[in-house]
Amino acid sequence: MEFEPRIIAFFCNWCTYTGADLAGVSRLKSPANIRVIRTMCSGRVDPTFILKAFELGADGILIGGCHPGDCHYSEGNYKALRRVHLLRKMLQSFGIDEKRLRLEWISASEGDVYQHVATEFTAQIRSLGPLNWKQRFEQKEPKEQLIAV
Amino acid sequence: MITLKIDGIEVQVPEETTVLKAAEKVGVWIPTMCHNDLFEPYAVCRLCSVEVVRGKRSRVVTACNYPVSEGIEVLTDSENIRWIRKFLMELILSRWPNVKVVKEMAEKLNVGKPRYESLEKDEAEDACILCGQCVNVCREVVQANVIGFSYRGIKREVVLPLGEQSDKCIVCGACALVCPTGHIKMVIEDYKGKKPEFTLGPKTSIYVPTMQGIPRVPVIDAESCIHFKTGGCEVCAKVCEPHAVNYDMKDEIVEIDVGQILLSTGYDIFDASKMTQFGYGRLNDVYSSLEFEMMLSSMGPTSGKVLTKDGKEPRSIGIVHCVGSRDTNHHPYCSRVCCMYALKFAHLVCDRTDAEIYQFYIDMRAFGKGYEEFYVRILDEGVKVIRGKVAEVSEVTSSGEYKNQLIIRCEDTLAGKILEVPVDMVILCNAIEPRKDIDAVRRLFSISKSPDGFFLERHPKLDPTSTMSDGIYIAGCAQGPKDIPDTVAQASSAAARILSYISKGEVEIDPVRAWIDDKYCAGCRICNNLCPYTAIDFIEEKKISQINDVLCKGCGTCVAACPASAITGKGFSDAQIVAELEGLLAI
Repeated sequence: MEFEPRIIAFFCNWCTYTGADLAGVSRLKSPANIRVIRTMCSGRVDPTFILKAFELGADGILIGGCHPGDCHYSEGNYKALRRVHLLRKMLQSFGIDEKRLRLEWISASEGDVYQHVATEFTAQIRSLGPLNWKQRFEQKEPKEQLIAV
Repeated sequence: MITLKIDGIEVQVPEETTVLKAAEKVGVWIPTMCHNDLFEPYAVCRLCSVEVVRGKRSRVVTACNYPVSEGIEVLTDSENIRWIRKFLMELILSRWPNVKVVKEMAEKLNVGKPRYESLEKDEAEDACILCGQCVNVCREVVQANVIGFSYRGIKREVVLPLGEQSDKCIVCGACALVCPTGHIKMVIEDYKGKKPEFTLGPKTSIYVPTMQGIPRVPVIDAESCIHFKTGGCEVCAKVCEPHAVNYDMKDEIVEIDVGQILLSTGYDIFDASKMTQFGYGRLNDVYSSLEFEMMLSSMGPTSGKVLTKDGKEPRSIGIVHCVGSRDTNHHPYCSRVCCMYALKFAHLVCDRTDAEIYQFYIDMRAFGKGYEEFYVRILDEGVKVIRGKVAEVSEVTSSGEYKNQLIIRCEDTLAGKILEVPVDMVILCNAIEPRKDIDAVRRLFSISKSPDGFFLERHPKLDPTSTMSDGIYIAGCAQGPKDIPDTVAQASSAAARILSYISKGEVEIDPVRAWIDDKYCAGCRICNNLCPYTAIDFIEEKKISQINDVLCKGCGTCVAACPASAITGKGFSDAQIVAELEGLLAI
């Protein structure tokens, strides 16, 4: 069976969530791999959620916020931006490809942009393959491995 | 007050009044040719000569600049004066025999063929009669001092400095306006690289923008007003009796505290010169819809007459629909109002001229109440409608009365033929587009725009007047192209919404808020600076931060940043989001 990536998306209520909604209303086809969590602002996305998601088995994370200058809360998207920058560095040290975390500015009217990003990101994660982060830390004891053999 | 007699009629006038003005008051006519109320009397034509009798002495003076004095008697029609006038008039007529004002004056004064032959006879109909009105208006009213007299006696003439067009000339046209013979003409030509603009704007610098406007007061266009160029003129202030003209008014910024805002900032029209094939701005007699609307206005530059730039009535007019709208190169959307106003144009042109009218349309969208009926009526009026997008408007030069004619090239998609339609005037139905500064405005109010560039409503069907920002409403073409009935409906709905909140007296706020658990807050104050609404205060006594519930909008930035996880976002707590994650990743 072909690998179906599991992608968690954090979308801000005002721009990207509405934009993704618009894509749906406009019957624009986008991959079902993306599982959306709505937050009021992309600034609400705590970096621990992303690590938690990877731990729980997500293969990629997409964060969507308003375009710079368009944030409903003035500057929440800038805070998301700087957190994502720092988190990328941390992910590298964990051995997670930074391409698995993506931040996109999609406005409420950009249903087509959402479709494009969702399709492209899903294809990218698909080519990167499964992350299986949790399993990496659950390496079985040599003895158990022997038994398994 | 001074009492005097003019031709036996007693009159009382204030001091400093001239004899001419006093005579005007009692209805005694004194001929003048160089006098104009705009500037000080010049007294060069001498035609206003009158006889002033004081006691036993009498003398001949010019009425225009002779001040009245107590007890004088003025004779304007004595034997002596009639002789002087005749003599002066003959001199003037002998020099400029064909000028209309001179001939008219000569007729009034019963002067026939002059007895003299002038050495400098000028037989032109628009000859300069050296009245000096242009010189005076330029010096005293406009204060540009560009025109002056040169040479003396019979060689006297009106000249520009060194005989050249001067930089000091602001091209106001005042000289041409006062010139009684038409010797001075306003010629539109390229002058020092400046291309003159053809506009159908207001005729004067002080004008009433719209007759239906409230308050209906005139405004001054500082860019074209003579006063703002030279400091002179002020004619409008002089004639305004309540002294309402104020040149020192400045833009001022007024701050008003409000709870709700309705944005109805309107639209711009598409700049048709971007579509070079239509020749807008390049060819004469290609007008934008708003320019033509101005032409149709009875207050407009042509007083509502439909005229080409040559001042002739057009024999045929082409109206081009969808200029910039329904066009993938410009705006993909339909501007909605153009079909109907194009039909209205056709109706009005039919009413005012005998011109043949051609409508070039893609689809005739007569969708509103009574609109289709109007369309049918226009068809009955004989307007020719051609289904096809215009490819090109070009100019051809031909002999005859109409030298330049426009040719509209288009495919008639119903007949399947390529047409070339000759017209005298082309009207373009420009697309409605968002205001140029719409991005700055929407960021100010933190609202979004839709893909077409207009303000985005909260919901396209269920909530078309409010926006994602509480208390901000939108109406009219700021939200999208729409006609007047639709705008009125939307604006009324927005106003009703606003009023409902005002009458309620209180505002409901979203329950999505952040709160700080005192137990866990370490008072690090990281959240204090993060909050875009300054809703988080640090309480010195308790050494903890606290959130103001009314100011907080619930964005959750502080929740994500709190190192002690002391802040919880109601509805979006860490536990809730993690639970969502677990649920989503369970399969």
